[in-house]
Amino acid sequence: MKFSEEFEQRFAEMVPHYPTKRSALVPTLLYAQDEIGFLSDEVIAEIAVRLDLTELEVRNVISYYSMLTTQPRGKFNVQVCTNISCMVRGGEEILEHCSQNLGIGHKGTTPDGLFSLEEVECIGACSWAPAAQVNYDFHENLTPDKMDRVLEEYRKSGKQ
Amino acid sequence: MADVTFTVDGKKLTAAAGTLLIEACKSVGIEVPSFCYYPNLSLQGACRMCLVKVEKMPKLQTACTTVVSEGMVVVSDNEEVRQARKAMVEMLLGNHPLDCPVCDAGGECELQDMTFSYGAAESKFMEAKNHKDEQQWSPVVFFDRPRCILCYRCVRVCGEAMDVWALGVQNRGVNSIIAPNKEDHLECEECGMCIDICPVGALTSGAYRYKTRPWEMKHVGTICTHCGDGCKTTLGVRRSDTGLEIVRGDNRDKSGINGDFLCIKGRYAFDFANHEERLTEPLIRKNGTLTPSTWEEAFALIGKKFADVRDRDGGQAIGVIGSTRTTNEESYLLSKFARAVLKTNNIDHHRTADFPALAAALRAKPNATASMVDLFTAPAILLIGNDPTERHPLLAWQIRNNVRLHRARLYVINSQPIKLRRQSTGFFEIPSGAEGQVVEFLSGNDHAAGNLVPSGTGRDALFALRDKLRGEQNLVIIVDSEVRGAEIASLIKFGSAIPGAKFVCLADYANSRGAADMGLYPDLLPGYHSPTGHSQFHTDWGEVPQAAGLDLVAMIDRAKAGHLGAVYVVGSNPVGRLKIDPFAFSKAFVVVQDMFLTETAIMADVILPAANAYEKSGTFTNTCGDLQLLKKAGEVAGTKSDFEMIVRIADAMGFNVRKLVPFGGGTRADMGQSRGAQSGEADRHAVWLEARGLEPKLSPFDPMAILDEIQRLVPGYDVSHINLLAGNSQHTSLAGSGTGAAQRDQSIAPANDSLFSSGTLGRYSSTLKSVMESHQQKTTEAVAAD
Amino acid sequence: MADLVFHPDEVKVVSRRFGQGATDIDRYLELDGYKAVEKALAMEPDAIVNEVKNSALRGRGGAGFSTGMKWSFVPKQSAKPKYVLCNGDESEPGTCKDRLLFEHDPHAVIEGVVIGGLAVGARSGYIYIRGEYRYLSVIMQKALRDAYAKGFLGKNIFGSGRDFDIYWHGGAGAYEVGEESALMESLEGKRGIPRIRPPFPAVVGLWGGPTVINNAETLANVPHIILGGADWYAKLGTPKNGGTRLFCLSGNIAKPGVYELPMGYNLKKMLYEVGGGIPNRRKLKAVVPGGSSCPCLTADEIDVSMDFDSVMKAGSMLGSGGVVVIDDQQCIVKFALRTMKFYRHESCGWCIPCREGTDWLEKTLIRFHAGGGLKKDIDNMQYLSENMLGRTFCPLGDAAAMPTIAFIKKFRKEFEDHLEGRPCPYEPEGAVERLPVLSH
Ligand SMILES: Cc1cc2nc3c(=O)[nH]c(=O)nc-3n(C[C@H](O)[C@H](O)[C@H](O)COP(=O)(O)O)c2cc1C
Ligand code: SF4
Ligand code: FES
Repeated sequence: MKFSEEFEQRFAEMVPHYPTKRSALVPTLLYAQDEIGFLSDEVIAEIAVRLDLTELEVRNVISYYSMLTTQPRGKFNVQVCTNISCMVRGGEEILEHCSQNLGIGHKGTTPDGLFSLEEVECIGACSWAPAAQVNYDFHENLTPDKMDRVLEEYRKSGKQ
Repeated sequence: MADVTFTVDGKKLTAAAGTLLIEACKSVGIEVPSFCYYPNLSLQGACRMCLVKVEKMPKLQTACTTVVSEGMVVVSDNEEVRQARKAMVEMLLGNHPLDCPVCDAGGECELQDMTFSYGAAESKFMEAKNHKDEQQWSPVVFFDRPRCILCYRCVRVCGEAMDVWALGVQNRGVNSIIAPNKEDHLECEECGMCIDICPVGALTSGAYRYKTRPWEMKHVGTICTHCGDGCKTTLGVRRSDTGLEIVRGDNRDKSGINGDFLCIKGRYAFDFANHEERLTEPLIRKNGTLTPSTWEEAFALIGKKFADVRDRDGGQAIGVIGSTRTTNEESYLLSKFARAVLKTNNIDHHRTADFPALAAALRAKPNATASMVDLFTAPAILLIGNDPTERHPLLAWQIRNNVRLHRARLYVINSQPIKLRRQSTGFFEIPSGAEGQVVEFLSGNDHAAGNLVPSGTGRDALFALRDKLRGEQNLVIIVDSEVRGAEIASLIKFGSAIPGAKFVCLADYANSRGAADMGLYPDLLPGYHSPTGHSQFHTDWGEVPQAAGLDLVAMIDRAKAGHLGAVYVVGSNPVGRLKIDPFAFSKAFVVVQDMFLTETAIMADVILPAANAYEKSGTFTNTCGDLQLLKKAGEVAGTKSDFEMIVRIADAMGFNVRKLVPFGGGTRADMGQSRGAQSGEADRHAVWLEARGLEPKLSPFDPMAILDEIQRLVPGYDVSHINLLAGNSQHTSLAGSGTGAAQRDQSIAPANDSLFSSGTLGRYSSTLKSVMESHQQKTTEAVAAD
Repeated sequence: MADLVFHPDEVKVVSRRFGQGATDIDRYLELDGYKAVEKALAMEPDAIVNEVKNSALRGRGGAGFSTGMKWSFVPKQSAKPKYVLCNGDESEPGTCKDRLLFEHDPHAVIEGVVIGGLAVGARSGYIYIRGEYRYLSVIMQKALRDAYAKGFLGKNIFGSGRDFDIYWHGGAGAYEVGEESALMESLEGKRGIPRIRPPFPAVVGLWGGPTVINNAETLANVPHIILGGADWYAKLGTPKNGGTRLFCLSGNIAKPGVYELPMGYNLKKMLYEVGGGIPNRRKLKAVVPGGSSCPCLTADEIDVSMDFDSVMKAGSMLGSGGVVVIDDQQCIVKFALRTMKFYRHESCGWCIPCREGTDWLEKTLIRFHAGGGLKKDIDNMQYLSENMLGRTFCPLGDAAAMPTIAFIKKFRKEFEDHLEGRPCPYEPEGAVERLPVLSH
């Protein structure tokens, strides 16, 4: 199992921040996922060894956090918030619109592997609703048109 | 800790500070319901069934996490409390499949009981229930998520108490699910504790699923027949066309020395009893082939042959091999039968520990052996050799949980990094086979250190360890069977300098200790008395041959040379287990009593189909010396107990069975009254019985008659009769034993059983077989993938 | 990144440096940065605690507990190390204020953590930021590096002879992890299951050590209190409710945004003057005054002072400062459903009432909203919520139950309008898949 230099550096820096090794688990998993795309069996085995945990414990933790996944997903994970503040300002329409635009539903991935779609809970953009996140980037005060433009940008950048 | 005073339901109560409210209530008979609370496991506060009203607290409080405090006023049951509990049950039932009619746990389900108690009978829930298919996690563990109420008992017992950590919780919210360590299956010790502790039918046993309904079984609490630890197991028995079939083993009767614990064998491996290859009629070799016969024919033949050989060539021409899985009563009877009827001291068994040496060293020391219960309470334990996790699962459980719950100090000296090392405060690795050297070193022989550690720093550690041990009190010292003879004497010498030290010698089979205590030795009578000279037995049994007999090895030699005319093998398979030459006994008349056509039985001239320990009453003594009662559970038509068979053979030999078994009102066990000088005391046995308020037994086949004699004659066995019969273990002591034997016993051979094997019995247990196979398959898969 | 707003009624304390480039440490220093820590270093720990107590600062994370009081619970002597933990998990729907703090003024949070540490005798602190806020983690990590570089963190801070370390820690998506004890579990690398209390975190917290846990906004206020004084701060608000608050206006409001207003600001005024009223000529139906777990207030109930005690008296809670406005074109059943969907999704699953109750309520609300409801469903939902309330292992169960009870009580008619096959009056024809009326 090989991770990037950057990951290794981060990992090495992070572990001594805590009195127990396993404390680094959640951020480590997220960084690993950012790099590999998802938490494969191999990643799980590797992190378990590094942090002196059983694979079961690592899986227990992974399955608890909604951002962590053991399934591959698209290069761009489109996460549309439909929670209350977004909902009353059209969050559901944005989600529906994305679904039409991408041809996939909640937790689906486009055949070209470019996009995944997810309906998510409040992402802390309530005052700028409706909002979505593509990977870690926020897109706020969305309208269907604006959403289309956002997706188009990603489509372009992903095809390069 | 200091006591605090508080009030529950108007009753003033006192309890030690730190006591949990739920326990304080229980101790005065106020039942606070709970799912997730389980004594000795970590607290959860998850099920909210134990909510009670605590004065001055706005919200209801969980009795399972509340510690009693001075002046606390508690109401355990009022309208608000009942309503809260009722609602919890209603919410649980919302997604519960309510498949009680087909659920294994139906009738013994805590959720059913709780529903009954709190009247959550009306369903307010109309939505489709969340479904998940049942999963098989191992040959013996099935999981049905919809029935699971997420009390996390299984996860905790597996992790905290078993130190296996094979179960986890995954996902969150209503999707939470108990998950096995290998994604879709378990890799674990297969102890089944998770199934036992599950309050509902979410975890079920592969060995029992869908076999019957709990109320159609009779539940018999008896002692496991697999290893030397002596767990109580509750066998579920159902009438079948061949007698009484054992359909389930579990631990619902938690009154045994094992408390909550039971391992894979105690739980599932009863099924050898139901094996289709069980022998159910006597077989006599006729013209070279084993031919079914009647019992009468078989006994007559054996009686005649045995008597002929004895009368012609003397007792020394007969050999007897006893069993480590027959009851104490049977072993004692066999010992007596060999000596008094066959007139031979040629008697032996498969030895797995040097108890004669232990008896020799402890005969003058009362209270020097530790009971299985002591291992859970001792402040410090020293374990030399052995891997109890594999070979003594209960002992391992006791030690592990003693360390966890009472912070006992565990010192492990071993050639392998055994699992109990994880609990140890000190672990010392030694070369394999050096256990004896360890003992020599401990007892003060510094030269022995050289055989244990080559290097300097390790040497210091070894000396430091010895100093630490010398500073302990009430240390329990447990040794593997590698430690024998003079080493045991050294061990006792070392331990005697430690105040309150106690000892355990580990032996492998369910009644290895009993076989030793009951004198299945050529040179020892029951209680480790020598046949040479004079002991109680010489008085009570009548004439006993004085010269030591032949041990197993010598018997084989003698047989090969054609000097053994008859061999009597009771419940033992020396050909299969000790790898002795199958043709060793071919020149002798061989009688075998067994359940199966074993490697030994197949050589026999007469085979008598025997009942096993689950099919008879009697007692077992575990490796610690705890005496426990066996109750008859199953029954297979066409078999007889070894006890009855021995008596019948004696009878067929024309022996007065009253002299063998002290039964009937007119019994004169020792014929004492015939000797003028002692006629005053007439009948010692009757005197003994009367003094204890006991009645003479009425049948020659009643093992309890022999138990009375054992209690009367075997040192250390005169324990409380009533406690024993009540199902409690009674610790026997070696103090007052005969001389024992101090020389190193070369014939001890470990049983080499693992967690999943159990000698001949194991081979006939389809459950153990399937577990072994699935584990082997997984290891080969893993190897192939590498 | 997120747009800033402005209103003349605002009293800028924690938002003072928003938009001022204060992420740059030198710029931050120009804006009085790190003066508070220096001042605190010269104070006795008890004096710091008293100052914070007297400022009437109450926790901005939701429960509104007195911060100074919480700090005073930390034992003076402890065999295990003590910690300060900054709660930046911000996940309560309607709340988006800590995000602005981390984005615009990360050093203020750092200062707050250090001062908290000095007050209770801790030598290290952790700043936990929810996983979705990755860009803020980047900002925070840079801020920490800069502070270390200047000697404000690490060994011998400000040449005082004292050491203090702060580490960033990232979450990975879980609302429940905002609950203080679940946060500690999460930080220890475990599932976010809350802990049994007592013992409370102030006594046994992170890795068993005494731990002060505060919301990011709470901590960001602390340097201002140290510099400006307890009296000044306390007087900004109402008695027992010191200072200002970041209110996140969202939903059907003309000028949504995060406004810093004094404690006790009138809600009606907040909606109509600060927030510009309800757009599209619609009317106000209800307000959720403090994040999704707070019971809603109807249009008639909004003349209330926005401080912890007054809102409590009005039957709701000030919570985390998320003010969600619902106009008259919104369906309350749907709103209740979306709220419950959130709690069902976020319940950690540990205890029966929360795990099963939220699932059951969500399922019933789905059917109800889709026209499959019966009258007794309304009663059942109320029964269930009331039986969850106060009986769960942690307050998440309450958070799910309280708004539901309020929706049903205050808008029962709207629920009845959905009964027995009637289509949702607020949804266009065909927008909701109709579900059959169930009976049994
Ligand atoms: C379910 C739940 C979620 C919570 N989420 C947060 C959160 O995201 N941020 C936060 O600061 N406090 C949150 N809290 C409150 C914390 O438990 C805790 O009270 C708070 O961090 C204390 O800080 P304060 O005293 O400064 O408010 C949550 C509480 C509960 C019960
Ligand atoms: S109330 Fe219970 S299930 Fe819900 S989040 Fe808290 S502990 Fe978990
Ligand atoms: S027994 Fe107390 S909550 Fe389960």
